[in-house]
Parts: sequence; C-alpha cells; structure tokens
Amino acid sequence: MRQFSYLRPTGISDAVAALAAEPTAQLLAGGTNLVDLMKYDVAQPSAVIDINGLPLKEIETLEDGAYRIGALTTNSQVAYDAGIARDVPLLSSAILAGASPQLRNAATSGGNLSQRTRCYYFYDPSTPCNKREPGSGCSAIGGVNRIHAILGASDACIATHPSDMCVALAALNATVEVTGPTGARTIPFLDFHRLPGDHPERDNTLQTGEIVTGIRVEGGRFAAHHSYLKLRDRLSYAFALVSVAAALDLDGDTILDARVALGGVAHKPWRDPLAEAELSGQPATRDTFEAFASRLLSGAKGQGHNDFKIPMAKKAIVRALMQAASGRPQVQSEKRVREGESL
Amino acid sequence: MTRQTRTGPLETADRVIGFPLSRIEGPLKVTGTAPYAAEHQSADMLHGFVALATIASGRIARIDTADAAAFPGVVKIYTHDNRPRTAWWDSAWKDEVALPGHPFRPLENDRVLFDGQPVAFVVANTFEAARDAAALIRITYEADQPKTSIEVESEKSYVPKEKRSGIAPPPSPRGNADEAFAAAPFKLSSNYTLEGEHHNPMELFATTVLYEGEGRLTIHDKTQGSQNSQGYVCGIFELKPENVRVFNTYVGGAFGSGLRPKHQLFLATMAALDLKQSVQLELSRREMFYLTWRPATVQTVKMAADDNGKLTAILHHAVQATSLYEDYQEVVVNWSGLLYRCDNVKLTYELAEMTVSTPGDMRAPGAATGVFALESAIDELSYQVGLDPLDMRVRNFVHVDQNQDLQLTSKALHACYRQGAERFGWEKRLHAPRSMHDGPDLVGWGMATGVWEAQLTEATARARLSADGSVTVSAAASDIGTGTMTILAQIGAEAFGVDAEHVTVRIGDSQLPKTSVEGGSWTAASTGSAVAAAATAVRQTLLDAAKDMDASPFGKDVTVEQTAIRDGRLVLEINDQVGVALTDILASKNLTFIEEEAKVAPDAQQAKKFVSYTHAAHFVEVMIDEELGVIRVTRVVTAVAAGRILNPKTARSQILGGVVMGIGMALHEEGMIDHRTGRIMNHNLAEYHVPAHADIHDIEVIFVEEHDDKASPIGVKGLGEIGIVGIAAAVANAIYHATGTRVRHLPITIDKVFYAKEAAE
Ligand SMILES: Cc1cc2nc3c(=O)[nH]c(=O)nc-3n(C[C@H](O)[C@H](O)[C@H](O)COP(=O)(O)OP(=O)(O)OC[C@H]3O[C@@H](n4cnc5c(N)ncnc54)[C@H](O)[C@@H]3O)c2cc1C
Ligand code: SF4
Repeated sequence: MRQFSYLRPTGISDAVAALAAEPTAQLLAGGTNLVDLMKYDVAQPSAVIDINGLPLKEIETLEDGAYRIGALTTNSQVAYDAGIARDVPLLSSAILAGASPQLRNAATSGGNLSQRTRCYYFYDPSTPCNKREPGSGCSAIGGVNRIHAILGASDACIATHPSDMCVALAALNATVEVTGPTGARTIPFLDFHRLPGDHPERDNTLQTGEIVTGIRVEGGRFAAHHSYLKLRDRLSYAFALVSVAAALDLDGDTILDARVALGGVAHKPWRDPLAEAELSGQPATRDTFEAFASRLLSGAKGQGHNDFKIPMAKKAIVRALMQAASGRPQVQSEKRVREGESL
Repeated sequence: MTRQTRTGPLETADRVIGFPLSRIEGPLKVTGTAPYAAEHQSADMLHGFVALATIASGRIARIDTADAAAFPGVVKIYTHDNRPRTAWWDSAWKDEVALPGHPFRPLENDRVLFDGQPVAFVVANTFEAARDAAALIRITYEADQPKTSIEVESEKSYVPKEKRSGIAPPPSPRGNADEAFAAAPFKLSSNYTLEGEHHNPMELFATTVLYEGEGRLTIHDKTQGSQNSQGYVCGIFELKPENVRVFNTYVGGAFGSGLRPKHQLFLATMAALDLKQSVQLELSRREMFYLTWRPATVQTVKMAADDNGKLTAILHHAVQATSLYEDYQEVVVNWSGLLYRCDNVKLTYELAEMTVSTPGDMRAPGAATGVFALESAIDELSYQVGLDPLDMRVRNFVHVDQNQDLQLTSKALHACYRQGAERFGWEKRLHAPRSMHDGPDLVGWGMATGVWEAQLTEATARARLSADGSVTVSAAASDIGTGTMTILAQIGAEAFGVDAEHVTVRIGDSQLPKTSVEGGSWTAASTGSAVAAAATAVRQTLLDAAKDMDASPFGKDVTVEQTAIRDGRLVLEINDQVGVALTDILASKNLTFIEEEAKVAPDAQQAKKFVSYTHAAHFVEVMIDEELGVIRVTRVVTAVAAGRILNPKTARSQILGGVVMGIGMALHEEGMIDHRTGRIMNHNLAEYHVPAHADIHDIEVIFVEEHDDKASPIGVKGLGEIGIVGIAAAVANAIYHATGTRVRHLPITIDKVFYAKEAAE
C-alpha cells in the first residue's frame, strides 16, 4: 500500500472534476476490488475519490419498461429488487452467481463493471504483466493460465474479465451512462469493455475523468426464456471458468431473437451478434444450439492449462440455451445443473 | 441440559466424561474476546512486516533499504547485512520436531532457497508504516533455475540419509513381492500424483513479544507448543528459560502448521531483544503459502490379487518433495503393509530436492497422501476381480500389524464397515460403473478405509483440589481448536465429582508441566491421561489425609478406587453416607489445597508386543452432471473406531472437519506453481480453493464401540487426523463408479473428469 490522499465529493460534477484533475486518482465505490488491489500494491492511486456520497443509489423504472440502475446500487440491492427479479431475471441470476453474500452487499454496479481481472500475475506486482505495467510482458502466456482467455486474446494479454453481472448486461444490450468533463454520454454495453490488443492496461472505453453514473437495461423481453449458467472450480464463491447468459425470444418452438454472452473466456463478455442473427427463424432444438455453440467457439484458442474451456464452453452454451428454451433457468441456489428438457 | 455430578473411578464412569459438552472457551471465541497471539497489546509496541523474496532460487545481489528506512515511523530494517548475531550451531536452531538437515535461519545470508523467503524485516511504530515501507525496499536478484516440479525432480530421488525422529521408515520387504506380482491373475500398476497443499487455518502466524526489561520476554506465539517455542528462542538467542515465558492460550486452528516455530517468532524476538522494546509481527495470508505445506508427491502402487480377491502382492513407492536444506519425511507407504493382509510386500520411500520451503505436517501427514493411493488401488483392483469394493476389503482384513509383527491393541474396523455400510445403504449399490443415475446426474458410490496411529507421548500434568471444592488442572498442552480444554475439564470434573464448569483448565503456557507439541492426535490420550493420573494422585493424598484424621471413617484397606467425591465430601463409593467433608480433611493438615503432578509415558514393555491404530470406513456419494462434469459430493457416512470418546460433540466436530478437508483434498486444494520461475501463483483464498458451504452436504459421523485398555490409560486413541485419511480416495472411487473415469491426480478438478471422459468417447 502506498500513501494517497482521500476525497469525498458529494456531487457528480465535483467527483468528475476531481478525477479529471488527477488522472492517477481512482474512484472508490464498494471497495471490494480496489482496496484489495491497493493492499497487494497493484493499484497505487495518488488519490482515492470516495463516491459513496453521490446520489446514484436508486433503481428507477422508466416509461418504456426499462430500468435505470444507479452506479452505487449494491449488487444485492439489484439482484433482489422485485422489479428486476421479475422483468430482468437474467440479471438477478447472474449477480447471484457471483462472489458471496457479504461481497454482494458491499459491491456496487459501477464497481462491478470496472473490476479488474483475476489473472494471478496481474495480482502479483513482482511478476511481469502488460496490464499492470505496459511493456513488461505477459507472464500468463506459457505460465499458469487455467483461468485465462480462449477468445479474443492478444500476444500482449490473455486475461479475462471476471464479472458475472456484466455477462448478463452484455446479453441484454444494456447501455452504460457516464458523465465526464465534457458532459454525459451513453456507451452501448458491448463497447464498454475492450479486447486487450496492444493496450491491455485499458479494460474499458471510459475516458479520463469519466464516471459511470448508471446502467440502463430493458425489461420484460427475455423474462420467460433465459438462463445464467456458471461453471467453476467449486460450487460457489469462485470465479467462472465458463459462464453463459442465454436469452431467447420464442414463438412456439421457433427462435425470434437469441442472445448469448459468455463469461470467463475473454477480456470482455463475449458475444457474436452475427451468429446470433442466424438463429432467428430456426427451431429451438439441441441440434440448433450445438451448431451455434461450435460456431461461437470456432476461433477459440487454448493456452495449455485452459484448453478444457473450449469443449466446456460448447456444452455450457447448449445447456444454457436448452434451459432457456424450456423455461427452466438455472437457479443459483441450486447446485445441481438443471436439465434443459421441457417439463 | 442435565449434568451428572457424581464421580468414581474412571473406568466405571458414565459421568462427565462422555457428555457432549460444548467447548468451554467457545463463548470467548465467538464474541471475539479470546485474545489470539496478535491481539496482545502494550503501549510502546512496535510492528513488523516481512519483505519476501520474489525468486525461488538464487541470491540477493543488492538490497537497497534507503527509501524504506526514511519512511515516517520506521524504526529499523533488518536484512542479512545487519542481522544481529545468533547461535552458530545448527543444534541451537533445532526445535523439538526439527528435521534432519539445517534448520532455516531467516536473514542469514544472501541465498534464496524458496519463493517467498523472508529477505528483509521492517520494524515501525505502526503496522501500516512497516507495510508501506516494505514496499519501498528495492532488491536485485541473481536468479538460478528453480526446481519445483515433482514430476521432473522425482527422477533424481534419493533415500533420506538420516531418518526423521518419530517417523518410521518403510519396513524391510516381506515375501517376494515382485514374483508374486508377476504370477498373479489380477493386477494393476498405477501412478498417483498429489499437488502441494497449503495450510490456511483462520489464525495467521503471529508473535507478540512483550519486552519486560533485562532480557526477560513474555511471548504470545501462534504455535502448537509453547515449550517448543520457548526452547527455540532460548537456543538461538542464548536466553535462560526462566526469562522467557511463552503463551499460546488460544489458537485459531493449526492442523500441524504450528508444530515447528515459524520465522515470525524468530524475527519478532530478534527485534525485541535488539531494540529492547515490545514487537508484534503477524504474517499475511499470502505468507501462509510459503511456510509449511503438504508436499507434492508422486506414487506408484502395484497391487495383485488371486481369484478370490485375496491380495498376493503390494508394491508401493512414493517420492515426496523436500527443500534444499532439510529432509522432511512422513509415513506415506507403510500403511500399505499394515491395513490389509498380504504376505508379499515391498514399500519404498524417497525424497526429491526442490527449491521450495521445507514441507511440514498437515493433518494426517503421510497417511492422507499414501492411503489415497492405496485405497484407490484396491478399489481399482476390486473391479478387476469383480468384487464389491467393500467385500474386497473385508476379505483382506488383518488382525495384526504385519509390518512390525505386532498385535493390535484393538481394531473395530469390521464394525465401522458394517455400521457405515448399513447407514449409507451400501447394499443397494449397483456394481457396474455408470450404472446408477439420478435425473441428468450420474451417481457414484465409493468407499475407502482410513487408518492413523494412536500414540501416547510423554506428558505431565498437575491437578489441584481446593478447600472450596474447586478444581484446577494444568499442563503446557495446547488447544488448537480441537477441544482440548474442554475434555481436560471433563476429565478433571469426573475425577473430583464436580461439574466441568467448576474446573479451571490452564494450558498454553510454557511454565506449566511439560507436554509435547499438540499434534499426531496424541494430546487427548497423553495429556488427558496425565490429568487423570494427577487427579488420582490428589485423591490418594486426600484419602491418606482422611485416614490420618481422628475417628476416620476410612479403614486402612480402603483404596482410592473405592472412594468418590460427592457434594464436597470424600465418601465411599458404595455408601456415600460414610465420608468426611473436604474442608475438614484439608483443615486437619492445615492445607488450603492439595496439588499433585503426574507423568505418563509410553509403556516400553507393552510396545514390544502391541501397537495401536485408529480406523475409519468412509462411504461417499457423488452426483455428476453427465454432460458438463459438475461434481457434487452429496453424502458422506464416516464410521470411526477410536477407542473411548470423551466428548461426542467435540469428537464429531473433529471428524466433520477432517471429512471436509478431505473433500477439499479430493476436489479443490492445489498450489499452482509457475515452474519457469518456481513461484506459487494462487497465493490467496480467492484462487486457492477449499470447499465452500455449497460443496458440503450431508456428513454423518458414527463412532463405533471400541474398548481399548492398552492404547492409553484412559482408553482414548485420538481423533484429530483419522477423519481425513481415506476421504480423497473414497471421493475418487465414487467418481470412478459414477463415470467410469479413474482420476489418479489430485485435486480432481472438473477438467480432469471432463477431459478424460471426452477422450474415452
Ligand atoms: C473473493 C472475491 C470473490 C469474488 N467473486 C466474484 C464472482 O464470482 N463474480 C463476480 O462477478 N465478481 C466477483 N467478485 C468481484 C466483485 O463483484 C467486485 O469486487 C465488485 O463488483 C466491485 O465493486 P465495488 O463497488 O466494490 O468496486 P470498487 O472496489 O470500489 O471499485 C472497483 C473499480 O471500479 C472503479 N469504479 C467504481 N465505481 C465506479 C464508477 N461509478 N465509475 C467508474 N469507475 C468506478 C474503481 O475505481 C475501481 O477501479 C469477487 C470479489 C472477491 C473479493
Ligand atoms: S494475461 Fe494480461 S493480466 Fe495476466 S499477466 Fe498477461 S498481461 Fe498481465
């Protein structure tokens, strides 16, 4: 841990100004990730801007049936919100698949979006890591990489984004609302996180001084046919090896619209909108889903320890889609993986 | 809750011993008022923080502490350049449970022998200042090639030159195992691998050294033996034992990690003596991964059986990791020569030197590892022969220890098999792999036997009976979370006819009567027997005094066993109308209390004929999603034969904990090393997995009746380790039964079953 100054602004513009003025400052929300990283000496902010005094703690229902989720709502608050649980159950479920109750009580929506990778090397400042220290190299390539990416990785970084919540938000085409020195703007969810490319130090597309104020997500559409399926190294309280957020809009057995996002496999929640588009009009059968899964994973590349993620992801996609199609979504408190057959 | 308050000779008792008394220190612990080693304070306390090596092998070329030393609040920074002088000879550094080799000396020189080795020690006014300053130390290393892969290093294994004290080397071969193996109709040869496991009890290693002036120290240490820590610092710093008092009153779990002194004890004591001030040092969670660990092990078991499933040959070879500086050893292969009848046995045990910290004892050291291989192999063989796995084991039951040609003091393992199987419903098992289903899940039923030594070590204890009837029992013993305090209270209560509430237990203090470190599951038997003996001695003194009284109701021939203490009176067991008030007896001798000390030790004569083990039979159900490979351990029944059960509640907790840890061994625990650098990468509890609540379902514990009057004077065998021995095999066997995939490499992570299944298809 290094010394830092501590600020506690009460208005969004004050927070933005403080952040813009000191680019090496960091925002503190629930602190469940930032404080850990500071203790490990991974994060070395010159200033910590505690935003818990900002008025961003509400979940609003909008006129079109969508929800605006304030950046400082806690993960528990969102997951157990009656409206969200009813209209956006995929989001509730994904949140409940993550972390532990204690962490979810502290962690915020904005913080969840901006949490850093769990790559072992990123967490250990004595090892080379391009994400932590650009240009120092990537230790995970050829190293311990059980939890690393199989899709969209680069020679500079093979880390994954660890969030569960974000996988659901990606599937649901949420938008991220941000405010910066030049005003407010919205970012489509799929554009919020980045692939590593040559700049793995940048996880997302936020610009200097920008703060996430809220997340907008539409409601209702996929409530009947969705599932969040998470596979991990123990039955709870572990990050995803592979997770799938599946959402279907069906007309009888025919797919009208399909959304599938993968977690634990890439630097950002992974989607393939072209492949999804081709599902429209097809029957919601195992064959369809298997072909889709193969296509989604066609560019996948293992790093050695994580090769198993490729077949695992295929099977998880099929199962999640079967669960979604049959209206029997995975329930996170149930540790048995549900079957996908109709009742 | 009703409690008996009568008492009498221990053997006839159905009294306070045997009562499921809750842990007497429980309320203090759950309310946060039991002070652990790092929670003792003093006004002028300094705090330490350790800087760790970031290479696994090599030397420190340069160490620059200038920025760190200038950090506000820093008092002193110790490195190998300025470390105060300490004892020269290795003998001074050897603790009670030291190993062959050179004990690790923190900050001794520029050599780096393992990842995470302490290379600098910062002492500051606050913990935060020490930690933040440590981040400013700049070290340049010259790194050598690390050696951390057991698969690779086991190629260069060796038989340890010097044997570790208390650890039996493999027995000499009997019969002709190679020939018998070659001739047998059924046989297998399988390799088993265990990745290193790392101790992570709740309480971190910590030492508070209170500087009392003139070289006198009071030390609160996280350890399994206060006297071991005392001896260690006295040896190294040439201090007089009477000037060093070590406490470990409350210990937040240890599981073997605290058997040997850790470097925080050395560093905090060194700084306190050097600075003449109190110093506290609590290690971080991360440092747990560099301290003491269950060594990575590769094993080969060759096993053969005849047409009836009788074992005709067992060859078990193990190679375990050790460090560059000590030859750590544990009993891994011997179990294969004693658990089943077999006349052709060859057991071999070797070490592989690696650039790692010296491994250490971790719950059922050796047995947990070796029995995993043995019990996997016999299971595998049972399918070849076409026998039910339980039947296979029963057919090979043995009533003696063939390794040593000794009788057993008891072995109620048949009862474990029978009662465990019955409770589990084993008879409903379909034998063929992949033959049992539950919806989309494959169901697997597996079992395994467990075995552990029942040992008695030398122990001394004191008992005191006061005129008001209150009782104090004391010994230096440690309660590492097992319930030692509670059972000692119960033993004292039983002996003196009082409720356990009225018994004060004093342990965890180096000034108290001598005991060994708490480990090996021997404390209940050893310290418990010593307390019982001390109590008997007090009652003898009391009876003698009563007999001396005028008009004593006790005749010359009355023995202690014929008396009891009831309601503050010494009475005849058969007629409690005959007796004298304790106050009167003590007054007659002008005493306010009677105190006696007693010692127990292993019976050398008996040891020539008998040896003692605890046994268990574990039955495990797994359910595995056939398509995805998600494994759930849905049911465990564990039947244990461990002699007399002093307290069914604390006993059950020990077994539950062992089973949970065994499930972790089977499915989760694994130190992940980057062999290019020799560094452990998952050094935190987010990425080093142990079972979470969701991983644990029904666990049922059965204690079968086992009378044993030889294992220890109070009939106790010990329970700390037996719960884990065999669990990993039972889980692996259940996974095989469910899937038809035999995984011989722990932990059995989802990909090992998944992948193997893909490959098989
Ligand atoms: C042991 C453990 C297990 C976990 N398991 C899981 C899991 O299984 N699944 C899962 O999804 N997550 C898991 N988590 C991660 C957890 O979800 C995140 O730590 C949490 O969501 C972060 O939220 P926070 O509010 O605490 O963020 P903070 O720690 O406060 O901040 C995290 C980052 O976000 C930035 N930030 C915060 N708010 C904003 C904002 N409004 N605008 C812009 N930037 C912002 C901060 O500057 C910081 O860089 C786990 C965490 C731990 C410690
Ligand atoms: S994968 Fe990314 S985060 Fe991990 S070491 Fe490589 S660069 Fe760093």
